[in-house]
Amino acid sequence: MPDAATLYGLLGIVLAGLGAHAAIVQRDSIRRLLAINVMGVGVFLVLIATAYFGPNQDPDPIPHALVLTGIVVAVAATALALALLRAFERSDDE
Amino acid sequence: MTLSNSLPALIVASSLLPGLIIFFLREGSHRLRSVLNMFGAILKLVLVAALTWGVFQDDFFETRWQLAPGLELVLHADALSVLFVNLSTLLWLVTTVYAIGYLEHSPHRSRFFGFFSLCVSATVGLALAGNMFTFVLFYELLTLSTYPLVAHKGTPEAVRGARIYLAYTLSGGLVLMLGAIWLQALVGPLEFVEGGLLSQLPDELHGQLTWIFLLLIIGLGVKAALVPLHGWLPQAMVAPAPVSALLHAVAVVKAGAFGIVRVVYDVYGIEFASDLGLLMPLGIAAAVTIVYGSIRALSQDNLKKRLAYSTVSQVSYIALGTAIFGPLGTIGGVAHLVHQGVMKITLFFAAGNYAETLGVHQVSEMNGIGRRMPLTTLAFTVGALGMIGIPPVAGFVSKWYLGSGALEAGVAHWVLPVLIASSALNAAYFLPILQRAWFRPAASSWPQENIPARRFETHASLFLPPLVTAALALLFGLFAGAYWSPVEWAGLIAEREYLR
Amino acid sequence: MNESMSLTIILPLLGALLAAAWPRRGVFIGITAVLLSGLAVGWLWFSLLADGPSHQALGGWDPGLGIRLQVDALSILMLSMTALVALAVSVYASHYFTRRSQAERFWPLWLLMIAALNGLFLAGDLFNLYVTLELLSLSAVALTALGGKRAGIAAALRYLMIGLLGSMGYLAGVALLYSAFGTLDMQQVAAQTGDDPVSQAALIVMTAGLLLKSALFPLHFWLPPAHSNAPAPVSAGLSALVVKAGFYLVLRLWTEVFPDTLSTQGVTLVAVLGGGAILWGSWQALQAERLKLLAAYSTVAQLGYLFVALALFMSAPPGVARELLFGALVLMALTHAFAKSSLFLAIGVIQHRAGHDRIAELDGTAQRLPATTFAIALAGVALIGLPPSGAFLGKWRLLYSAISLDQWLLVVVIGIGSLLAAAYVFRVLGHAFGRSALSVQAIHSVHEEWPALLLALTATLLLGFGSAWIWPFLEHMA
Repeated sequence: MPDAATLYGLLGIVLAGLGAHAAIVQRDSIRRLLAINVMGVGVFLVLIATAYFGPNQDPDPIPHALVLTGIVVAVAATALALALLRAFERSDDE
Repeated sequence: MTLSNSLPALIVASSLLPGLIIFFLREGSHRLRSVLNMFGAILKLVLVAALTWGVFQDDFFETRWQLAPGLELVLHADALSVLFVNLSTLLWLVTTVYAIGYLEHSPHRSRFFGFFSLCVSATVGLALAGNMFTFVLFYELLTLSTYPLVAHKGTPEAVRGARIYLAYTLSGGLVLMLGAIWLQALVGPLEFVEGGLLSQLPDELHGQLTWIFLLLIIGLGVKAALVPLHGWLPQAMVAPAPVSALLHAVAVVKAGAFGIVRVVYDVYGIEFASDLGLLMPLGIAAAVTIVYGSIRALSQDNLKKRLAYSTVSQVSYIALGTAIFGPLGTIGGVAHLVHQGVMKITLFFAAGNYAETLGVHQVSEMNGIGRRMPLTTLAFTVGALGMIGIPPVAGFVSKWYLGSGALEAGVAHWVLPVLIASSALNAAYFLPILQRAWFRPAASSWPQENIPARRFETHASLFLPPLVTAALALLFGLFAGAYWSPVEWAGLIAEREYLR
Repeated sequence: MNESMSLTIILPLLGALLAAAWPRRGVFIGITAVLLSGLAVGWLWFSLLADGPSHQALGGWDPGLGIRLQVDALSILMLSMTALVALAVSVYASHYFTRRSQAERFWPLWLLMIAALNGLFLAGDLFNLYVTLELLSLSAVALTALGGKRAGIAAALRYLMIGLLGSMGYLAGVALLYSAFGTLDMQQVAAQTGDDPVSQAALIVMTAGLLLKSALFPLHFWLPPAHSNAPAPVSAGLSALVVKAGFYLVLRLWTEVFPDTLSTQGVTLVAVLGGGAILWGSWQALQAERLKLLAAYSTVAQLGYLFVALALFMSAPPGVARELLFGALVLMALTHAFAKSSLFLAIGVIQHRAGHDRIAELDGTAQRLPATTFAIALAGVALIGLPPSGAFLGKWRLLYSAISLDQWLLVVVIGIGSLLAAAYVFRVLGHAFGRSALSVQAIHSVHEEWPALLLALTATLLLGFGSAWIWPFLEHMA
């Protein structure tokens, strides 16, 4: 039985793989954007899992800092994508 | 900085800098442009004279500039390069005078003369190239700077002809470059040395050296118009007459032929090339080209096209001379580099004059043209007789040495028939033109008479250049034994090649 | 002495903020910021030549935790390329936009892009590379959409998705490396990577993500629409600089982080893809009906040359020839940056004067704009790899290595690619010759035509005849 951190990390890898698959397969832009976000969450989970050293030890702070930065970047990118999508829809109306 | 390490660079710069300035001149500044052109041409002639004197004295001239590790731009003067530099510098001066007159009222003159100067700079750089890298560099620059000249008229045919020219020459340049790089990968950055350097290489490399030779000759053969790589030359005759003169006599075709001479003598070494069995195939390719070009010339009614096929044929005399192992063959081939130049430029100047003055483009329109334009036709006659090989014009001397060289090398059984057949064919396509021009009555009107008959022939800047070059063709034949003649200089080259 | 490192990032970043705050002064702020960060790069040159490669820990944090910047010869060449191209493009852009709203949005994003590029070339740890990579993507995407046209927005959207996907791949590799080695510092990671599964998995996902970002065939599909629909100065920046970032990172990772992980098959695969890029990109450029599309496909092909050179470099045995190939590779990257930015700016001039960029209808325009046509010719010469351009020297070395390593197929591919490039360049230049006898004037408007001409002259004369110093200079590697 693998420990919790390994399980967590494996889950992250599976999520990242699912997200990557969907990002390549999906045609709809919104779905593709969501897929990329799922992929990002998977990668973040892997990073967080590396911070865990056991129940009685302090976690490694670095991965937390990295994931926080990553989330900020992902939010900004998602916002830009949504803005572009809206601009695209509007240009369709004209 | 001394003269010994700067003179070659100065010779290239003497046409390059005026050319670059000319690009920025306004269309209307006719006088300034002409002054710059003539200044560059005369300055170059003076510098070349100094260089020639120095090389004659066995002085050392070399400019080096490292472009990248292992890739050095080397301009080096030896007897062979001096011969080619003299030819192109002299003929450039004459062609500049001609071009100024020829293009007097046409558009885009700044562009034309800019590229015209770049073209000659590239030719001179190529002549002075001291290693294969430098040679390839200028070979490609020559292609780039002549393309705008061929396309200059801007008609759909001109643009198409230029495209064909480019397709051939860039492909050729690429093949040449591959050969040069392969050679460098095998033996390092090789400099041209009289007698060549490759003979010291171990036997197991001989197979690769044969392949490299093939690549180099194919690459050079495109510009030298070796059959079947000659297809661009008849197409490129859409260019204005001064450009045709440049292509056929001074720069492009000559660059290819000169390159073949360089590769055989100063890279491989004539003896080593002969040992590898490379001379025979080269000789056969040259012989086929000589006969093929002449046969095709027979059936052309368009004068410039006939001259173009004649070039295909005549330039291969140089390759033929190179392929004949022995000093006499060398002298014949190398001297023909100059002889063919002065004769062919005369013919193209004359053809340009006919077209410009009377709108005559076809051989069939030339009846009686000798009486209307006697000086031009006189020059044309000298050039044509020289091409046939009639003494005392220079062409006879080349053929004489080629024949003697063939006897000396023991290849007379196939070289002499080629020479005889070619001379007969030359006579067959040139003599009818002379007969029409001098002895048939003129038609009632010329196709497009631009200059009224009461005025004398045409502008001086148009009829003087062919007279000058025709006189040179005569002098080079009459005084073949003088110390300044191309034949004597070719003898000096042969001496240095064979005696190392 | 190392403050200049952070200055090259801080100055354009500050400029971006100021330009966003005072949009009316965008041009002044933009050009000043680009100039100042260029001066900081100049300062870096001096300290590199005086003290050799160095690094700077921002805020005094230890490596592994803090942000570490490092500079060596390769990064400084990339920084200089960015500074010079950015300056020329900025001068051009100062008069390019006709709508004020576009100009006001351009400068903050443009400066942000330069800051991201400089940060990427200086970053010393894998996570900071991720951040700069994302910043670069986001600013580049927003710039692509600046034109506001439907095709441009669609291209930007696709560009963004691809960029995100690529960064995620890269980040996944970073996570793997951290889980295995517990550090993100490039040098510390490099000391531990080998041919173990984690290193291999990390190498594969990171390389794949970066190849997607640098548009290596067949992952190039997003590039032509994005580069051909953006405004001219943006296209110049994207094609000359932004795609180089991905290539630069692959180069760094392969040579410095994963030298023992990389397999022969991986190198062969990239060589094959690079060859495919050369042929397919050149062929598509030849088919293109519009100038901008031609230029964009030419970028696809040129990236192929760079990856082929990289693959040959990785498979060459240690020795002089390998070192010479490395310099050639860098020279080719530099030449392409100057040539391609020149080409896009020149196309911008033509589009402005003619109102279109359809190749078949160029006759009159090309003759009325001799300086711009000349810039296109020079840039084209550099793209074909003919003298007198830096690409000629680069290609000579590239072919030399291919022949020495008996890679004859690559020799043939490079040869065909060169001929195709000549065909697409001269298809355009053929239109410069026509019968119109208009009186032509060399330069029409200085700020419009000079930037392209100067960039083209840099790619040809300067890098063709004055680049021998690059090889000894590259010995200053970290």
